[in-house]
Amino acid sequence: MSDRILTKHWGEPDSYTLAGYERIGGYKTAPEAFKRTPDDIVAEVTKGNLRGRGGAGFSTGMKWSFVRKEKATPKYLVINADEGEPGTFKDRYVLELDPHRFIEGCIIGAYALDCHAVYVYCRGEFEPGPITRLKAAITEARARGYLGPSVFGTGYAIEMHVHRGAGAYICGEETALLESLEGKKGFPRLKPPFPANAGLFGKPTAVNNVETLANIPTILQMGGDAYHALGCPKNGGTRLFCMSGHLVKPGVVEAPMGATFRELIYDRCGGIPGGKKLKAIIPGGSSSAVLSADQVDLKSDFDTLKGAKTMAGSGGVIVLDETVDMAWALYNVTKFYAHESCGQCTPCREGTGWAARLLKKLVDGRGEKGDVDLIYNIARQGEQRTICALFDGAAMPLKSYIEKFRADFDSKVKA
Amino acid sequence: MVASPFNPEQQARFDAELEAALARFPPERSQAALLPALHAAQRELGWLSTETLSYVATRLKLWSTRVREVAAFYTLFRLKPVGTNHLQICTNLSCALLGGEKLLEQACTRVGARPHEISADGKFSVEPVSCLASCGTAPAMQVNDRYFDEKLTPEKLDAIISELERVG
Ligand SMILES: Cc1cc2nc3c(=O)[nH]c(=O)nc-3n(C[C@H](O)[C@H](O)[C@H](O)COP(=O)(O)O)c2cc1C
Ligand code: FES
Repeated sequence: MSDRILTKHWGEPDSYTLAGYERIGGYKTAPEAFKRTPDDIVAEVTKGNLRGRGGAGFSTGMKWSFVRKEKATPKYLVINADEGEPGTFKDRYVLELDPHRFIEGCIIGAYALDCHAVYVYCRGEFEPGPITRLKAAITEARARGYLGPSVFGTGYAIEMHVHRGAGAYICGEETALLESLEGKKGFPRLKPPFPANAGLFGKPTAVNNVETLANIPTILQMGGDAYHALGCPKNGGTRLFCMSGHLVKPGVVEAPMGATFRELIYDRCGGIPGGKKLKAIIPGGSSSAVLSADQVDLKSDFDTLKGAKTMAGSGGVIVLDETVDMAWALYNVTKFYAHESCGQCTPCREGTGWAARLLKKLVDGRGEKGDVDLIYNIARQGEQRTICALFDGAAMPLKSYIEKFRADFDSKVKA
Repeated sequence: MVASPFNPEQQARFDAELEAALARFPPERSQAALLPALHAAQRELGWLSTETLSYVATRLKLWSTRVREVAAFYTLFRLKPVGTNHLQICTNLSCALLGGEKLLEQACTRVGARPHEISADGKFSVEPVSCLASCGTAPAMQVNDRYFDEKLTPEKLDAIISELERVG
């Protein structure tokens, strides 16, 4: 099989219809899955080494086994379609171009989790394209009896509901998402308890990313071992890499987990325009620590990047050429976190804004001695001291841009 | 009872949306229908006035302060009116690398309104927006509920604004 699974028929004009999906063998896996036990399905997913595609890269099989262990009912499957991490734009295409693959994954997931209600929390801006397509696809699937009171005639009921968010990056954080789904402000919850133990309405809940679910039919079709073999050790399958920034051919690229950045940038995206040199790579959305050009041969899987003190995150790869001033780039990124901080925790509420103001000073040529170290220390001192990981996502760029590109900062300090 | 801000047609659409939203959740969890209700109200009226927020609160049996607090948390809910054409231009990194910030300035100058203000003729408002998940086709812009993420350029932006001026 080629390394195109999730993007297999994206080019076809009716890829988003039920007929288009069935033509490539869609909706054949879910009915078979109902003949297996839920535990068996979770074991297969675990064997496939599917790692969550939303950011944290947690084992999906393991997350599902935690939910299965809980006694309370009902249980919920909540899909994170908030896709707000700057540099990330894949879930949108899954929903627009191949919603039925995702729905089939949700059907199998719901059955494996003993759950009957799936909520898809979509970012509000997705209304015109992805939400419209997804709703139409759900209606189509329901009309066929693939969703509804007796899915595939099995007597097992599954309803899928689309819920529209309203423009808040923080609602991509899974517990803030649950709060928002309950009709509240998107304030992240203290963990534990984790959503698997007490999630939506206090019930056991699996929160998973769109792309994660879109992989489920393939895992059951080819078996966990074969799926694992598509990727690299402990990182099964292929991944949708969101390639943006200074690239000849930006866009979503499907490649095996662990493809190197050189392959992604030069082989798949045509390299950097105008023959310019590579300066930096942001490997996993704007929250990840930056890589320097000499790290271009690193593999892109969760474990390799963790070893390199950054993260594979959401798969959002932003490529910066030699003309980019890293102090300007860091100001841009930090402004975003300052704007999106929910304000619950002091280090994040104050720290992101403070760092952004100092960076503005530097970029405007008003930098003073000590400013760069102060920015660095704001990041270091707030890290891991907040309820959620938003601040860590601001701290990783703050620290790494300064560590790796110090000259771009020091040059802006008045002598 | 707080008076409804809707005319009869709007009322029918709002009621239908609210009912559908409530049906998606357990009966004792009606607050979960709050975001859908606010979206439905804003779709009918363009923005959410204090009266509208109070009305939504009554329908869901919530405190109106609670409803206001939730509405104010989310950037898509507008607590004051916007222009007929609401231009949202992404200025996050992937877009900024390819000129997003300059496009924002250009749009403001062209329509004669600063970010978060409305142009004198009421036709336009412009604001920066967080990543629209269109980074592969950056720079990206959304106008009301339409995407314009086809690699926006100064020329394309000018043409789009001219077109919007013509149609209203
Ligand atoms: C600030 C913040 C924003 C996040 N935004 C998203 C998002 O937009 N989409 C997403 O799938 N996960 C996002 N996550 C990760 C989720 O919290 C969660 O790990 C994920 O939805 C789990 O699904 P997965 O295991 O399938 O990846 C975010 C996390 C943080 C801390
Ligand atoms: S950074 Fe502009 S759309 Fe993502």
